Amino acid sequence: MTDTRISRRFAEVASQGRPAFVTFVMAGDPDPAASLDILKALPKAGADVIEIGMPFSDPMADGPAVQAAGLRALHAGQTLAKTIDLVRAFRAGDTTTPIVLMGYYNPIYVYGPERFLADAKTAGVDGLIIVDLPPEADDELCLPALAGGLNFIRLATPTTDDHRLPTVLANTSGFVYYVSITGITGAAKPDANRVAAAVGRIKRHTDLPVAVGFGVRDAETAREIGRNADGVVVGSAIVQAVAASLVDGKASARTVPAVAALVEDIARGVRAARAAE
Amino acid sequence: MTDLPNSLKNGPDERGFFGLYGGRFVAETLMPLILELEQAYEDAKVDPSFRAELSALSTHYAGRPSALYYAERLTEHLREKTGGRFGAEIWFKREELNHTGSHKINNCLGQILLARRMGKTRIIAETGAGQHGVASATVSARFGYPCMVYMGATDVERQKPNVFRMKLLGAEVTPVTSGAGTLKDAMNEALRDWVTNVDTTYYLIGTAAGPHPYPAMVRDFQSVIGTETKEQFFAAKGRLPDALVACIGGGSNAIGLFHPFLDDASVKIYGVEAGGHGVDVQNGHAASMTGGRPGVLHGNRTYLLQDGDGQILEGHSISAGLDYPGVGPEHSWLKDTGRVAYVPATDKEALAAFQLCSRLEGIIPALEPSHALAHVLKLAPTMDKDQSIVLCLSGRGDKDVFSVAGYLGETMSEM
Repeated sequence: MTDTRISRRFAEVASQGRPAFVTFVMAGDPDPAASLDILKALPKAGADVIEIGMPFSDPMADGPAVQAAGLRALHAGQTLAKTIDLVRAFRAGDTTTPIVLMGYYNPIYVYGPERFLADAKTAGVDGLIIVDLPPEADDELCLPALAGGLNFIRLATPTTDDHRLPTVLANTSGFVYYVSITGITGAAKPDANRVAAAVGRIKRHTDLPVAVGFGVRDAETAREIGRNADGVVVGSAIVQAVAASLVDGKASARTVPAVAALVEDIARGVRAARAAE
Repeated sequence: MTDLPNSLKNGPDERGFFGLYGGRFVAETLMPLILELEQAYEDAKVDPSFRAELSALSTHYAGRPSALYYAERLTEHLREKTGGRFGAEIWFKREELNHTGSHKINNCLGQILLARRMGKTRIIAETGAGQHGVASATVSARFGYPCMVYMGATDVERQKPNVFRMKLLGAEVTPVTSGAGTLKDAMNEALRDWVTNVDTTYYLIGTAAGPHPYPAMVRDFQSVIGTETKEQFFAAKGRLPDALVACIGGGSNAIGLFHPFLDDASVKIYGVEAGGHGVDVQNGHAASMTGGRPGVLHGNRTYLLQDGDGQILEGHSISAGLDYPGVGPEHSWLKDTGRVAYVPATDKEALAAFQLCSRLEGIIPALEPSHALAHVLKLAPTMDKDQSIVLCLSGRGDKDVFSVAGYLGETMSEM
């Protein structure tokens, strides 16, 4: 299972001598129709890979921005079934941009893991990031996902030492998501030098691309982080742009352009990451 | 713990599962620490010096053993209702007499010693009714650690006396406004703190839930309740009690009472959940096992109150300590195996039991064990007079007098 939309996209950007820009948005935020419009705008604005959050009532690893985005989506009636529909609708117009669903296990457990994997694959999902499924729980979803042709992307963190890294990497595929800080999404700005060292350490253990996220919120940080990482993930800043564009809690004419403008700006940082070297 | 092959006391397995339930469903940042904690606990529990220190603190600081008390007037009151023909003896395991006023101190003393052993320098805890928060603040003061307690904003409002107690003890109380501002939301926020400060911080979980090894560890620290009960009841009556009854939020007092009796088949065991406005009222109760389904939250698989999409419901109970949409995983397993019967008691039933106990026994119970007592009021008259029930009176009701006054239409000046 080496050839997937995800591996092809990382190989493609590597051949262009730059990191991939991975964007995170919340499915159904602020409403189903606007959410699809936002998704469609992302590749044009410079997103190479799209992570779509599956909203959950109790997002223990997320900071206030992503928590609020999930609540907006849930209040607008988002469900896991609708998130899969959203991917299907996006795929109808884009067959190349990799889609990774990111979230927590319980909605999937209740949906039924086997049914979820089949429906997600059919809809055009390429990979999964499930925050509360560590390697110790691989039999729950990771192994069936791999068998079903989906990438299972694992989070490695500053607490994942050399002793534990092989366990974390064992069933990881697609890419490795390095969490740049110990903390929640959208928290402190990561230290670029420390991140570079950590990425180097992970790459000694795997040939998979390493993307870095948590705390990257502007073009300058993206440029710094992208110097050494194979991908840069931005999430909280994007969902905050959604939030800032709302009028009376609803999508406005500014919503899609505001998100696109931010993504274009950060994309320039990502693309300039190795330009001066 | 026992190694008997057919024992119900062998769980969890090496991966932290009680049958389908339990496990370690946490973010990778926490995983190395969870494994370190498991190792530290395994080492500590076979270390004689750890056990000796815990035992000495339990005796001289917490005031153990707690009394086992025959509630004679309550027993007679219920017998009269049957014309004197039926009515089991009702005994109270008086955990409300412990230092800090509840069973929570048992677990906090064990975990604070573990935190010190692991070299941690900061304690965090979540609390619902505030009993665990007070116990955490107490042991943090006793051992000289800074303590941060996360408490739902709704609970801060309805448990003011405990909030002030925690502050007096030097803890910082952070009101949590996300969700409905109750225990579940406090636990989310505590987990966010932990993931951010993982190097220095020990998360002192208050109930027998969360990722492995917490459910087993908290149970072990609380099992002193059942072990003492067994000895004390035998000393009084020369046999085992016929029934045990305890309230279930996360279920730590209950598992502590139940566990030493699980293999004693003659002992009937009842766990009483918060039935709120009634278990048939959508989102109007906190009875995870009576009215919920298995799911994954806060590090473990267990029965949860949730909707069809797997979103967690807030639940409702008059008692802040039971107002939690999940339950410890060992209870979920004991429900499925049928060893323990889990039943609901409503807000109204608990309030009536709270008043009855105060008037007949001169003991003001907390609202949490008032739920268990409400079930005892139904159960005792169906049993013979030579039978006995032990109720875990897990906490005292001082913290609840303001909110109970409100429910009863009395007005009291604010603290």
